[in-house]
Amino acid sequence: MLNDFINQFWPATIDGLAFGSIYALIALGYTMVYGVLRLINFAHSEVFMIGTFGAMFVPFVLGINSALTGIALVGVIIAMILAGMLASAGTAIALEQIAYRPLRKRGASRLAALISAIGASIFLQELFALLVIPEVFNRPQQGRIQMGLPRLMERTELFSIFGHSVRVDQVLVIVAAIGMMIALDALVNRTKIGRGIRATAQNPEAAVLMGVDINKIVRMTFLIGGGMAGVAGALYLISYENTNYYIGFLFGIKAFTAAVLGGIGNLRGALVGGVMLGLVENYGAIFFGSDWKHVISFTILVLVLMFRPTGILGESLQQARA
Amino acid sequence: MRPKTARLGGVLAAGVALTLGLAACGDGGTEAKPADGGSSAAASSTVKIGFMGDLTGPNAGIVIPPRNGAKLVIDEYNKTNPAVKVELVEYDSQGDPSKAVALAQQAIKTDKVASMIGPAFSGESAQVGPVLEEAEIPSITASATNTKLAENGWKFWHRILPNDSVQGPGIADFIAGAAAAKNVFVIDDKSEYGKPLADAVRAQLTTKGAKVVDDSLDPAESDFSSVVNKVAAAKPDAIFFGGYYAAAGNLLKQLRDKGVKDAKFFSGDGSLDRGLIDGAGAPNAEGALVGCPCYIATPDVTDAKVKGFADAYKAAFSADPSIYAAEGYDAATVFIEAVKAGNTTPDKINTFIGTVDLAGVSKQVKFGPNGEVEAKDIYMYQVKDGAITLLGKAAEAKLS
Repeated sequence: MLNDFINQFWPATIDGLAFGSIYALIALGYTMVYGVLRLINFAHSEVFMIGTFGAMFVPFVLGINSALTGIALVGVIIAMILAGMLASAGTAIALEQIAYRPLRKRGASRLAALISAIGASIFLQELFALLVIPEVFNRPQQGRIQMGLPRLMERTELFSIFGHSVRVDQVLVIVAAIGMMIALDALVNRTKIGRGIRATAQNPEAAVLMGVDINKIVRMTFLIGGGMAGVAGALYLISYENTNYYIGFLFGIKAFTAAVLGGIGNLRGALVGGVMLGLVENYGAIFFGSDWKHVISFTILVLVLMFRPTGILGESLQQARA
Repeated sequence: MRPKTARLGGVLAAGVALTLGLAACGDGGTEAKPADGGSSAAASSTVKIGFMGDLTGPNAGIVIPPRNGAKLVIDEYNKTNPAVKVELVEYDSQGDPSKAVALAQQAIKTDKVASMIGPAFSGESAQVGPVLEEAEIPSITASATNTKLAENGWKFWHRILPNDSVQGPGIADFIAGAAAAKNVFVIDDKSEYGKPLADAVRAQLTTKGAKVVDDSLDPAESDFSSVVNKVAAAKPDAIFFGGYYAAAGNLLKQLRDKGVKDAKFFSGDGSLDRGLIDGAGAPNAEGALVGCPCYIATPDVTDAKVKGFADAYKAAFSADPSIYAAEGYDAATVFIEAVKAGNTTPDKINTFIGTVDLAGVSKQVKFGPNGEVEAKDIYMYQVKDGAITLLGKAAEAKLS
């Protein structure tokens, strides 16, 4: 068993980092909305799902069905990421506008918003299964069947660690995810909008008195969280080359777990939680078999919360220094 | 003001609901009688046969062909303008057992079907079986291969193809025999279908002296890297996956991408679909081997009966018959023969099925007392040039 662990350590680490980065990008959306509104946006899983389809739309429209190289490949990947961001951010803003804002205005309880989120989530899934996939992607009668992406990027080995190859798509996912995290961290900590977000998170009433437009800040929060989920969707699609109308479900649960694990409301916590969850899943599977993967990750979650009820990094947007 | 109106509304709503509920009960009570009396009159002109399975869900690719096969034989029969017509009623369970049970009740109570083809998958069959048994509706499944289904003592349940206790060892013999694999990695998807099939393969491989390593995966996920890493570390000669094609395609792609290139990939009937090739990508799927208790007519077939079926199928659905199409056709044929012989009630049809012995497209159709068909051939198929081709019976086929 220890031998298995040594043999599979490096590939498991690389896969864990790549998948964990995707979890982390999605977790950001949960954590930001929670930080600002004290609300778990359970429709965020569908924001991710729509991101994968937004990214899918680019090669679909261009009619690409063979691998690309050089500038064309880079161009298509950037276009896919942008399309994913656009689709996801648009969905997130629409969600805020339609599913949350009317409730917030009337002072409805957070539970009402939760139900609204679940409803929106089911609505979006079925919208894709029944309408968007059959009509827009021209797959009649196949709305619930997995949709594959033709291979865009050859799976070339970039370098190897102790004889285990690291592929270019895995590196792309990890590097792009880290890039997005750094950009987001800078945005929240160094810009005017970021200050507004932090102010609203700490004390919404005081923020209003200081001239912060709360509605604008909430919209920005959904926009940014959605955009991150869109990047995650595009990266996932490029790397795993498939998606379906239901794909958000497991990712949503995992990303939410990652957000709680890292400390909900804490941006860096989302990164730590996501990567940790990705790694723990893969390491656990080596010891106990892949069927125990989920059991292990949730056991770890419970253990962490027992000793650190606020998550690994704990400190949240509310307490961050302005 | 507001609370008052709300309360009033509540009372009104409750009242309306109550009346509606009572009305519904009344309807049921009064409707039951004329329906009973009218059923013989209706039955003299039309007999309803249900078809239940995943028609639009993620694994619809292996359920639509048997539906088409059944539709083909029923359309052919109705064209002869018989005294008693047959109507095919479709129930799209999406492979979900809870949906399947609700649909079965609808089929029995509302549509009053005389018999049922399906349910297509083993999981839903296990749930729907008792419902059909209680209502005494005969069923023939054209694709559910879980062994235990035959062990319930159901009198109205039949299966028109060999089960997993035949399929698993048949494929395992081929892996250890024709493919000469010594070190086999066996993966299952933990489903009611995949787990027992993989277990049967594991057991038979062990008795054949092959080394077996195992793992399982969650088909709802799309990242199987933890399984793939284990396979890469074990360096097997062959891999067997017990599960459906959607997961099989993703698994095969991730295996080949991770550099597991030489190990032959095997799977069972749940993966015998173009979706395997589409999911894995044609270059990755090339050479993959799939065993099946089903018989798929390939374009070069010479047998006149099979060729006639294949041509008619192609003419009707502009596609070659694929997995379970012949079995669906044969299952519907059994019911049509029953109706032709003047059996239009579920009870009489069931008695007829017990005595049937006819030459079908897929096999000689004759059912044992437990509902299992007597012919026990397993066929091997291989992906060649991006298409699924028939290698032959598993016991005789050779790998080139």
